[in-house]
Amino acid sequence: MLEAMPHRAAIWNFLFGRLTIDSLPFLDNNAEGRILLVTLVVVVVIGVAILAAVTKYRKWGYLWRDWFTTVDHKKLGIMYMILGTVMLLRGFSDAIMMRAQQAVAFGPEMGYLPPQHYDQIFTAHGSIMIFFVAMAYIVGLMNYVMPLQIGSRDVAFPFLNNMSFWFTFWGAILFMVSLFVGDFSTAGWLGYPPVSELQQGPGVDYYIWGLQLSGVGTLLSGVNFVVTIVKMRAPGMTMMKMPVFTWTSLCTSGLIIATFPVLTATLLLLSLDRYLGMHFFTSDFGGNVMMYINLIWVWGHPEVYILVLPIFGVYSEIVPTFSGKPLFGYSSMVYATCAIMILSYLVWLHHFFTMGSGADVNSFFSLTTMMISIPTGVKIFNWLFTMYRGRVRYTVPMLWTLGALFTFTIGGMTGVMLSVTPADFLLHNSLFLIAHFHNVIIGGVVFGVFAAVNYWFPKAFGFKLDEFWGKATFWFWLVGFWVAFTPLYILGLMGVTRRLSHFEDPSLQPYFIVAAFGSFLIALGILSFIIQIYVSILRRRQYAVGGDPWDGRTLEWSTTSPPPEYNFAFIPIVHERDAWTDMKAHGYERPQAGFNAIHMPKNTATGVVIGALSFACCFGLVWYIWWLAALSLVGIIAVAIAHTFNYHQDHHIPADEVHRSEQAGNWQTDAEGASA
Amino acid sequence: MPAKRLRGLLLLPLLLLGGCNLVLLAPSGDMARQQSDIMIITTIIIALIIVPVLVAIAIIAWRYRASNKHARYDPHWDHSPQLELVVWAVPLVIIIAVGAVSWIGTHQTDPYRAIDRIAPGQPVAADVKPLEVNVVSLQWKWLFFYPQYGIATVNELAAPVDRPIRFQLTSDTMMDSFFIPALVGQVYAMPGMQTILHGVINKPGEYKGFSANYSGLGFTDMRFTFHGLDTQDFDAWVAKVRAAGGDLDTATYDQLRKPTRDAPVHYYARFEPDLYTRILNLCVDPGQICLSEMMAAGTHGGGAMRDMHGHDAMSMPMDAPTPTAPAAATH
Repeated sequence: MLEAMPHRAAIWNFLFGRLTIDSLPFLDNNAEGRILLVTLVVVVVIGVAILAAVTKYRKWGYLWRDWFTTVDHKKLGIMYMILGTVMLLRGFSDAIMMRAQQAVAFGPEMGYLPPQHYDQIFTAHGSIMIFFVAMAYIVGLMNYVMPLQIGSRDVAFPFLNNMSFWFTFWGAILFMVSLFVGDFSTAGWLGYPPVSELQQGPGVDYYIWGLQLSGVGTLLSGVNFVVTIVKMRAPGMTMMKMPVFTWTSLCTSGLIIATFPVLTATLLLLSLDRYLGMHFFTSDFGGNVMMYINLIWVWGHPEVYILVLPIFGVYSEIVPTFSGKPLFGYSSMVYATCAIMILSYLVWLHHFFTMGSGADVNSFFSLTTMMISIPTGVKIFNWLFTMYRGRVRYTVPMLWTLGALFTFTIGGMTGVMLSVTPADFLLHNSLFLIAHFHNVIIGGVVFGVFAAVNYWFPKAFGFKLDEFWGKATFWFWLVGFWVAFTPLYILGLMGVTRRLSHFEDPSLQPYFIVAAFGSFLIALGILSFIIQIYVSILRRRQYAVGGDPWDGRTLEWSTTSPPPEYNFAFIPIVHERDAWTDMKAHGYERPQAGFNAIHMPKNTATGVVIGALSFACCFGLVWYIWWLAALSLVGIIAVAIAHTFNYHQDHHIPADEVHRSEQAGNWQTDAEGASA
Repeated sequence: MPAKRLRGLLLLPLLLLGGCNLVLLAPSGDMARQQSDIMIITTIIIALIIVPVLVAIAIIAWRYRASNKHARYDPHWDHSPQLELVVWAVPLVIIIAVGAVSWIGTHQTDPYRAIDRIAPGQPVAADVKPLEVNVVSLQWKWLFFYPQYGIATVNELAAPVDRPIRFQLTSDTMMDSFFIPALVGQVYAMPGMQTILHGVINKPGEYKGFSANYSGLGFTDMRFTFHGLDTQDFDAWVAKVRAAGGDLDTATYDQLRKPTRDAPVHYYARFEPDLYTRILNLCVDPGQICLSEMMAAGTHGGGAMRDMHGHDAMSMPMDAPTPTAPAAATH
């Protein structure tokens, strides 16, 4: 049901909906308002500085032509990674605020965050970390690496790829806007009713429309990747010769296609309840809260595997490369991936064993959950046996992988503990559960993203990342993670549950102080990562590398670093699994002449425009500014129709230009001798 | 009792952490104890594979480091049917074991199942009737009805030691999770629905109870004390509640259900007999149709609604704002 509009002249309500001057929380004269005001000032200063710099150095044209409108999967991949990193800073600020609150709010001391603010922060932390950090990183990695691995020149639908990015980007912006205009949802990262039904104001609506935008973006990416992998592999690359990262990308994309529509539908039903007074998830008039919880987890559990499967792929690339051996048990790895993909659909109820389903139902979901640990265990064994009788080089990517093996294995163990229904009745909603899923998501996914960034960065930019700061990042994260989350495991066993903003029992405080210290160490880890990027850019000539700096095994290492726009002058022909290793073993020589013109897609502004219009539409819906929503919806449809009349969607790169760029590209494989 | 010895083994390293009160590993109620035992047994079974794997990671990572030229290097070795069989079989065997424990334990400790023992080897005596408690989660406090004693309390719960307790749970508006870690694992309390939980407390004492599921602004303070009492103490407690007086009727309840934070303990000597049922069926206020009536009408086809006393289907206040959604609910 729509909420009452502010009391003022009808024209203002027409123009601004329910948006009033009071909707700006940073004008409030309280601690909350002041925190937000300072944040706003910082954001504005940084934003203006960036805009001014771009203007001063006349980079707008470059940004627009080469980045915003690009359909190049590599550039889009990099943009996803940048988006993920920026949002990591936001999500982590939320985390450290929570840790600080829980470390001080004991007894008479209420802490610096009132529940109204604290609840928004844990909601924002969870949803941002999953949707705009982890998902952005995963989609970014698949975007960058997968087409190169299958010897393709781009994804199947390059324009769609660009539009997916802008949907995700504007969804993130909608979340960020909620910080300064209005408020955010307090219903937790999955927006459980009744809280999400009953919360007044725009908070939950920001959450809904932000997720709808990014959800559509992700779904389109999933479709794109599946078609790309099925239709655009290099000749000779049969399914069982695909690199494992490509396999996991395929399975993840399949999961995306099957589950994201569920998320979209569920959130749509919730918005029908909120906007039109329907009763899907209310407690009366036939509605049922349990239906929402089932639906959201039908999406939510496969989502966990959407995040972790590509990372399993990352480890399956890094371990063989740095062990100097092919991956042990390739077929096992593929079957294990597919098994996880299918089983991940059959476990959603383990998120609410305590909702009152019978013992038979609970037992079934307990068993399916445990079954997932079998293929996962197989993967861990296979990485171990890949290192076995290898020559393991401890580069930064390999360090992250080993750290992840340790951490993730322990996270898997606590996961099996939680899957045992009787234990779950005790551990559900406890800090033990919080520690568990951070254990698998940080220890599995985040460590894997850092491994992947360190591994493929030289490919993307032509120079390696600094080793020292890379190792500093790793150790701060690893130690910081364990310092931050071991206390939470213990607190969970002490019967302390999640989402509390204040405690009575002073004996718990030391644990929360240790946990806060751990999050401070992780903050140093994030800082080291930024320094690592900065230092490496400064020393880019010194760190310059050629096409194959790690002695890689798959096709992305067979082209220059960074690869040309068209990836491969000639599409490689694949004979064996580790195609590039095989080519090197057979004395592959790079063609120097005889290039042909290459047919490539052309940049387009349509994705940028549709993305921006959809943001305007969602912003209008959040604030009941109906004219804006209607107008931008019409705009979206008009632009989409206009785009279908664009007959200039492709171009040819002339043969002599290909020739030039093949001569100029950086092919040196010897890091020392290479020049940028 | 092997689980007891195992518990000792598991507690030993944890004791070094400063003697913290790990209530989930040492609960005071038999049901929680069974659940805790299952947790410990399954953890040990999983550790049988996890610990060797962790050790193997360390050994293999160290032994096959690139600088160790003594280690065997086999650059083409990438499969071994025997090893792969082991790799699939070992986790499978472990999961079969854990799964069996979980399957049996899930049925044994099913919260809906009436308790048949109050402690290991001590079956419930034939003449003992379980203590009935009807639980309502309100914003943000707990209301407990004792139908056998005709009393009700807010934010304080008591039960005699070694007597089975049967909780029936519902909620006024929000979804909460009723949890007394020392007594038994949690179960959700949801509006318009009833869940059931059985437990028994074996040691007298004061235990923490709270909502384990986030339910909005005042959720943090949704705590209550659970008193495990000897039979005489329990009778004295009941007498104390009765003596404190006060009636819980519809008007009082309408006051009580208004969202408040950190509500104090309150006693009621009497309550309207059907109040809990009406809360459960979302028809506390006069004029509201109870869910039970609506469902009964539904089974006779929609037309039967017209025959319900005082209502007909056309004039049902479908669009009226529900009284369960006060504007201040989550602000």
